[in-house]
Amino acid sequence: MDSGHVAVADHAAPQTSVPEDPHFGNATGGKVGMWIFIAQDGMSFGGLLFAYGILRGSATEWPVPAEILGISLTAIATFILICSSLSMVFAVAAAEERNQASLVRWLMVTIFGGLCFLGIQVWEYTHLVHAGIGFADCTWEGEAVNSLFGSTFYSVTGFHGMHVTAGVIYLCCILRGAMKGKYTQGGTSASPVELVGLFWHFVDLVWILVFTFIYLL
Amino acid sequence: MSSDHIHPEPTTFLRKHVFSTDHKVIAKQFLWFGLIWLGIGGIMAMMLRWQLANPGVPVPLLGGLLFPRTGGVIDPASYNTLFTMHGTIMIFLGLTPAMIGALGNWCIPLMIGARDMIFPTLNMLSFWAMFAGGAVGFYSLFVPLGATEAGWTGYPTLSTTVGGVGQGETLWAIAVFLIGASSIMGGINYITTVIRLRAPGMSWMRLPLTVWGLFLTSILNVLFVPVIGSAMILLVLDRVFGTSFYVPASIMSGGTGGDPILYQHLFWIFGHPEVYILILPAWGVVCDLLSFFARKPAFGYRTSVGSMVVITVLSAVVYGHHMFTTGLSAMLGESFMLLTMIISVPAEVLFFNWLHTLWKGSLRLTTPMLFAMSVIFVFGLGGLTGIYLATIGTDIFLHDTYFVVGHFHLTMAASALFGTFGAVYFWFPKMFGRMMSEKLGKWHFWLSFVPLVIVFCIMFISGYAGMPRRYYDHTSVEYLRPLQHLNVATSVAAFLLGAAQLIFVFNFIKSRWWGKPAPQNPWDVGTLDWTIETPVPHYNFKTIPVVQCGPHEFSNPVLGPDTDWIYQTEKLPD
Repeated sequence: MDSGHVAVADHAAPQTSVPEDPHFGNATGGKVGMWIFIAQDGMSFGGLLFAYGILRGSATEWPVPAEILGISLTAIATFILICSSLSMVFAVAAAEERNQASLVRWLMVTIFGGLCFLGIQVWEYTHLVHAGIGFADCTWEGEAVNSLFGSTFYSVTGFHGMHVTAGVIYLCCILRGAMKGKYTQGGTSASPVELVGLFWHFVDLVWILVFTFIYLL
Repeated sequence: MSSDHIHPEPTTFLRKHVFSTDHKVIAKQFLWFGLIWLGIGGIMAMMLRWQLANPGVPVPLLGGLLFPRTGGVIDPASYNTLFTMHGTIMIFLGLTPAMIGALGNWCIPLMIGARDMIFPTLNMLSFWAMFAGGAVGFYSLFVPLGATEAGWTGYPTLSTTVGGVGQGETLWAIAVFLIGASSIMGGINYITTVIRLRAPGMSWMRLPLTVWGLFLTSILNVLFVPVIGSAMILLVLDRVFGTSFYVPASIMSGGTGGDPILYQHLFWIFGHPEVYILILPAWGVVCDLLSFFARKPAFGYRTSVGSMVVITVLSAVVYGHHMFTTGLSAMLGESFMLLTMIISVPAEVLFFNWLHTLWKGSLRLTTPMLFAMSVIFVFGLGGLTGIYLATIGTDIFLHDTYFVVGHFHLTMAASALFGTFGAVYFWFPKMFGRMMSEKLGKWHFWLSFVPLVIVFCIMFISGYAGMPRRYYDHTSVEYLRPLQHLNVATSVAAFLLGAAQLIFVFNFIKSRWWGKPAPQNPWDVGTLDWTIETPVPHYNFKTIPVVQCGPHEFSNPVLGPDTDWIYQTEKLPD
């Protein structure tokens, strides 16, 4: 066993060397941690969507979401969010290629996409509140609507919106580091960009589910 | 993150003892925090038992102080608060920090050969989130209209503004949310640490079973605590922002309404894994301690690991057995019943392995060993009675009776508590550098074990006879009056159990500061934590050890006649 030592410097592990042992993977601690975090975050969305499913399934009346919420604007927002996932991929690639200018550019594009999404969400919320869809009581075109429609809508999309906000803040922190050239040093220096990418893709993926369940179905 | 993980030893008092990122300090913080809350929850239990045995009689000693308006008598509302907070405190603020927080932080890095947790700052945040949760819970006891009265499960509509006015319930939900955040942070840290920071040669099948238990617990924590987080968010929205997720249509003015049963789903999706969250570390500790003190390898190491993994998976798909009486569809009910029954198979495998580890061992009946052996017995009793509760037909009769109270106290409360006690007695010498008194430890054990079994076994009898739980005064019900002597007997045993814990408190405090200095390895055990000197230096391991053998190499014939154990860092002779 002693003969098989190889030096690794790719993670924060305290040991200076690990044996060539199939029990040890190659993922960094941060990556493992981020994946576990994503699993737990997925479960909290799962809890909310489960609640939404039960409440909607057992409700005696439930409006057709598309009629109230409108699909076209949110479809554009969805498209923007997916595009920002793509730009995130380019950002990660740029970090790995040690191209600082490209990394900064693509991170900015990603942040811009996230901000556009949030802007559309804020506009949509104001619009809906004015139209009578409140958080705890709802009316639509003068008629009372199941108040749970508004409650579930704002809780689930709001929870997602908080994730986008957190993601944008996280991206801004990474952008600051990228401008200083921290992630384009080669080796494992790009891994924080990869981590923020994982989180951002997760936020986008969850939105596809939220969009499907809350708006389309 | 730097590639050199060794962070310098802090020098200021705040960074060293309060906002420390050292896993050893955090473990001690969790331990003190958990033990203090176990004490508070225990005193609450004593008051509950006082009321049940002597309804309407002022509580001695504390009564005048706590219930001045009624002259020391526990009023019905306070009684509700007491049993609610007793449950919440014991589970979330007592056992969780003492078992998972303290034991996890102490054992995982030391037993796998790491210098610290992989995310030390997250580790510190985990403790302070728990602390904040405790503070909010404690504060809720003093708000106008008092703390929550909805039971530790917090079922709506008792927990909505319809059933629970005042801030107490809202604060309870926030406290649970914060404690959940703490558990998740801890869980992410534990899992990643076990995956990434094992010393060279520490393969999965060489991990001490304590680490396995904590690892699987962390997986459950990470996956299912978020669900109760969602449930608590919706509860707070209901209470503060006037939504009606859990408020049924019948008590809404508007005609539309939510579903109180939804809360039960969300709660038990988390709540059933929570049982295993608390018990898996105890099982891991028991597996290890039995082997350590029977001086034999843990029998069927691989099957023990396999059983714990299977139980971890199954625990996620059985939650419906808590809801047999909610009008669950018959087919779902039967599926949940079958899945629940299947859990007894891996549990039996574990039992068999424990008994076989003991069989023909050279037992050293130290205090940790006694506690480990008692877990087998106590969990056995609890597990067997679980079969009655898993069966729909009998559960409908036994639901919400003292039978259930006896069952879950034996399985998750007493087993986890005794596992914690065993672990504390075992790791105390390494943690604090002093030995705990064995003599007092044995008094503590016997005076806890016997009354505990009596308390919860009487509850089986009274529950089977139909005594409902959470009643303020059983003598006010005609058909329960003949059973009052059972309540009295339970309470007498419970007071003895409570008094026995004073021995532990005395022993713990006395040994902490005035105990006999501990040698490096008082128990002749080979896991990595005992290879380092006492007190453990800031970096744990000067050089990261290379692991050469499993954790339970006891009485191996190749070791020769002079010794019956070796360190995991030593190579077994050929």
